[in-house]
Amino acid sequence: MNRKERIRHIIAKRAARELRDGDVVNLGIGIPTLVSDYIPPGVTVHFHTENGMLEVGPTPPPDRADPQLINASRQPISELPGASYFDSGLSFAIMRGGHLDATVIGALQVSQKGDLASWAIPGKPILGVGGAMDLVVGAKRVIVATTHQTKDGQPKILPECTYPLTAREEVDVLVTEHAVFRFEKGKMILVEIGDHLTLEDLKSITPAEYEIHPHLKVVNRWEGLE
Amino acid sequence: MPAIRKTAEEAIRLIKPGSTVMVGGFGLSGAPLRLIDALEKAGVRELTVISDNIERQSLGKLVRAGMVKKAIGTYFTTNPDVVEAYYAGKIEVELLPQGTFCEAIRAGGSGIPAFYTPTAAGTDLAKGKEIRYFDGRPYVLERALRGDVSLIRAHKADELGNLVYYKTARNFNPLMAMASDWVIAEVDEIVPAGSLDPEAIVTPHVFVDILVTE
Repeated sequence: MNRKERIRHIIAKRAARELRDGDVVNLGIGIPTLVSDYIPPGVTVHFHTENGMLEVGPTPPPDRADPQLINASRQPISELPGASYFDSGLSFAIMRGGHLDATVIGALQVSQKGDLASWAIPGKPILGVGGAMDLVVGAKRVIVATTHQTKDGQPKILPECTYPLTAREEVDVLVTEHAVFRFEKGKMILVEIGDHLTLEDLKSITPAEYEIHPHLKVVNRWEGLE
Repeated sequence: MPAIRKTAEEAIRLIKPGSTVMVGGFGLSGAPLRLIDALEKAGVRELTVISDNIERQSLGKLVRAGMVKKAIGTYFTTNPDVVEAYYAGKIEVELLPQGTFCEAIRAGGSGIPAFYTPTAAGTDLAKGKEIRYFDGRPYVLERALRGDVSLIRAHKADELGNLVYYKTARNFNPLMAMASDWVIAEVDEIVPAGSLDPEAIVTPHVFVDILVTE
């Protein structure tokens, strides 16, 4: 696993710890799809896919893949005991109706108020948002799992998003390779920082305004990365 | 009235130049590929298609053939042909969030002309749409969607047109079965009435006009 790939797994592993036993969860595309590999022992999570299924199981071996049994990323999936199928309308009612405990979703930008931009970059040909807006508006908890900066080292965590929004003030938790922030009553709060950087280092790559939790946790998540 | 059986070629004659056609499927899963191929051969033009996505191997064939005037859906980025046709001004595109898309079709089939949803409030996809606050939260007014003809895909039909689906191939198909004047269902198999478990039927035959099978 190269360094970039390690970072993606570290983010997914930390995001998985935000999930609680019994949660019904939808995983977005990208880093969030890795979250299912890191569900902590003793925690059972029930996965939902927006194209109409509950109790999504792991990727089947290639010879068992069924082209009519896929997830929202159009990858083959399997069926766990207790699985159910339903139409897309019911699937989105599960989201919008507040029946989904959590979603883990990627981001292009997150603002200090908890706004999320995740679907379009100005100037790039993007035709459509898919299910992301409904997911973020509807899920009880929105856990964003993303790298702290873009590939070119540009900040993603900003005072205001500059890209088209997916939803306003819906993000509850933001997990990156460097830190964890929570959003409470319109405020962004740093609750966890990696021991590989200082508060000043973090501030210098995080233009958003945030408070520091009085019980800030300092953790080692980058062991062996550098 | 119970559904009648036709070939794909006969069935798609219901689609005229300028028709609005709803097409089921999420990717290729649950897409009515035989009906789409028959429609491509018929070469009917000026179509408005309502479909979540436009895969190259399915509806994308109609876009390449210049048969589509307008596409309404949620995510067309996966098909470079659609992106290119849109930026060249060859097709109109209307984009909705996927949950709004589903609800618009469900409403269209249920006699509800419009509805409010929190999805997209405060984003570019709500621009120009009415916003109303309920209990302090903003909601977007969205119009229902209806088609002239729906092309759907199911697993089994009975002779009356009752439908059951297969795994995640169900997706938009049961919704689209409710929301067009004519509904053509492509199925793997037609079985005698009474041989499907009534508790398991997803789409009752009242919604289905024509059955097409191999």
